[in-house]
Amino acid sequence: MKRSITALIAGSLLAASFAAFAGPGAIEGVEKQPVNVSAIAMFLVFVVATLGITKWAAGKTKSTADFYTAGGGITGFQNGLAIAGDYMSAATLLGLTSMVYFKGYDGFIYAVCFFIGWPIILFLIAERLRNLGKFTFADIASYRLDQNRIRTFAAIGSLTVVCFYLIVQMVGAGQLIQLLFGLEYNTAVTVVGILMMVYVTFGGMTATTWVQIIKACLLLGGGISLMLLTLAQFGWSFENLFTKAIESHKAGEKLMIPGSLMADPISALSLSLGLLFGTAGLPHIMMRFFTVPNAKEARKSVFYATGFIGLFFLVTMVLGAAAISIVGTNPAFFEGGQVGGKLIGGGNMPVMHLTKAVGGDIFLGFLSAVAFATILAVVSGLALAGASAISHDLYARVIKKGAATSEQELKVTRMASVGLGIAAILLGIAFKDQNVLFLVALAFGVASSVNFPVLILSMYWKGLTTRGALWGGIAGLVSSVGLVILSPTVWVKIFGNKAAIFPYDHPAIVSMSLAFFVTWLLSVTDKSERAKREAAAFEEQYIRAQTGLGAEGAHAH
Amino acid sequence: MSQSNIHAKIRSNPKFAELVGKRTRFAILLSLVVLVPYYSYMLLVSLQPQLFAGKIADGSVITIGWPIAALLVVGGWLLTGVYVSRANGEFDRLTEEVLKEARK
Repeated sequence: MKRSITALIAGSLLAASFAAFAGPGAIEGVEKQPVNVSAIAMFLVFVVATLGITKWAAGKTKSTADFYTAGGGITGFQNGLAIAGDYMSAATLLGLTSMVYFKGYDGFIYAVCFFIGWPIILFLIAERLRNLGKFTFADIASYRLDQNRIRTFAAIGSLTVVCFYLIVQMVGAGQLIQLLFGLEYNTAVTVVGILMMVYVTFGGMTATTWVQIIKACLLLGGGISLMLLTLAQFGWSFENLFTKAIESHKAGEKLMIPGSLMADPISALSLSLGLLFGTAGLPHIMMRFFTVPNAKEARKSVFYATGFIGLFFLVTMVLGAAAISIVGTNPAFFEGGQVGGKLIGGGNMPVMHLTKAVGGDIFLGFLSAVAFATILAVVSGLALAGASAISHDLYARVIKKGAATSEQELKVTRMASVGLGIAAILLGIAFKDQNVLFLVALAFGVASSVNFPVLILSMYWKGLTTRGALWGGIAGLVSSVGLVILSPTVWVKIFGNKAAIFPYDHPAIVSMSLAFFVTWLLSVTDKSERAKREAAAFEEQYIRAQTGLGAEGAHAH
Repeated sequence: MSQSNIHAKIRSNPKFAELVGKRTRFAILLSLVVLVPYYSYMLLVSLQPQLFAGKIADGSVITIGWPIAALLVVGGWLLTGVYVSRANGEFDRLTEEVLKEARK
């Protein structure tokens, strides 16, 4: 039954995509891109291979533990690659290179901000996360607090972040495929959404992890090869590369120093807080820590992940800087051939144009397929995190009070995956033409102000109570979302108002502080019986967090 | 043996206090080694950007800002290696001893 459904969906998908490539839709549009046969072929190879993995994974996915955490049987190295895969999205590849291409050194500051959370996650969070959690981050937030309220709230926090992040990925997918395949934006978004549903619904965490591992290897391999090809063009000299970049860029020497992006210290601080602690509050990343058997492997995961992510970021910096002279002076990459005008395909495309310039159509095809695969892998991880928040937290724990059978829970989680897939498609279409990297920062703002405070305080602070966690979380959610709406990017650029009510694009400095303050205030003033019980329960949680006592059996069926 | 009995045994074991103390101090120390340079960097980038304009060598166009940022990334990764090697060795040995003694 399962097999036939997979085959059916896969079959109709391939047929639909071929029809679309060949159909008249491809001819429309001002700057029609020629159909790139190698890109399509390589992408189809990836799709077929991953559907094969999904079929294999579906056979192994029998219990909820299999579905949510691949039965806890992933090694530290595999998980490290998969975490890196979750974090190295197509938005990061396209967005960071484009940032360096347009803003020079400011792009590097951004990359450092995105990176620096990883060591901190290892030092303060990773092993406690593994020792306390089972399937979702809400398991930890509600470990000794009110199961209904805190779990519900943590699930809502997860879903909010998942939705923001999904939008980012879907928009990236649409833009990319539009450029590379001459395919309708909406069709591209639909293809991504449907493939994601197939991976997650049938293959669960096992399929998602392997899709992620394969993609991480392809992306790192592709990025490094591209970097080597590019450096060869500059005679292996960074000096040469930067000299040409300075000559080609309108900012000239200013390219090499910090510029306008970080000119306001409060804005810079807010951005860095959001990215640093938001990384620790991303539900699909936290979930990855439950797929390894113990704290030792959890630590190794972060070591490998951090290395891969750091390497990838450094590679993107080189690519962005190289694109300034190679792409920025070539009329073939600008609309109407006007150098310095609008880039074909939009502002996120410098790295793809660079690939075409140094590697030709075959390499462009390869990197396009990899970028497409990247989006698929990341949305799958997100959908899984979102689906588990709905089925494990909201359905099995809150609605059914833990009385749901494994079959019922699996059924709900699969329905939730399909629902999220549909939501992702619709949101992707609604948010067309937004700046991709800015939306990532938005997701991070919410993750740092809603998920992170309750996570870190529940692990470290005995005095945390249900009342404090709940109101602190609400304060974080309302303020982070509200301030983003009132920020220049949304209030001025999207709603068309004259001046922003909140002057900073990144809310974390206010919203995260507010969340912590409200949580603290309403916890210390909570003198209820429940608060006393919760404080007393900290002892057991503390010993488990420190030693892993009781965590070994967490994955027994 | 009951759960709470095991918990009491772990709590009273001086090795548990040693484990928690050592690991907490080590984690805080390494976090500071990452965060203090990072926030100093962010503040300077924002308030004193010209500090990063110096060139890495005479006649070079590359400013010192690039290797400094790269160092933050590479250094952060190396520190995760430092933590993992000590935690997976010394700290895990202590944890195992604590658990073993509690289950006796």
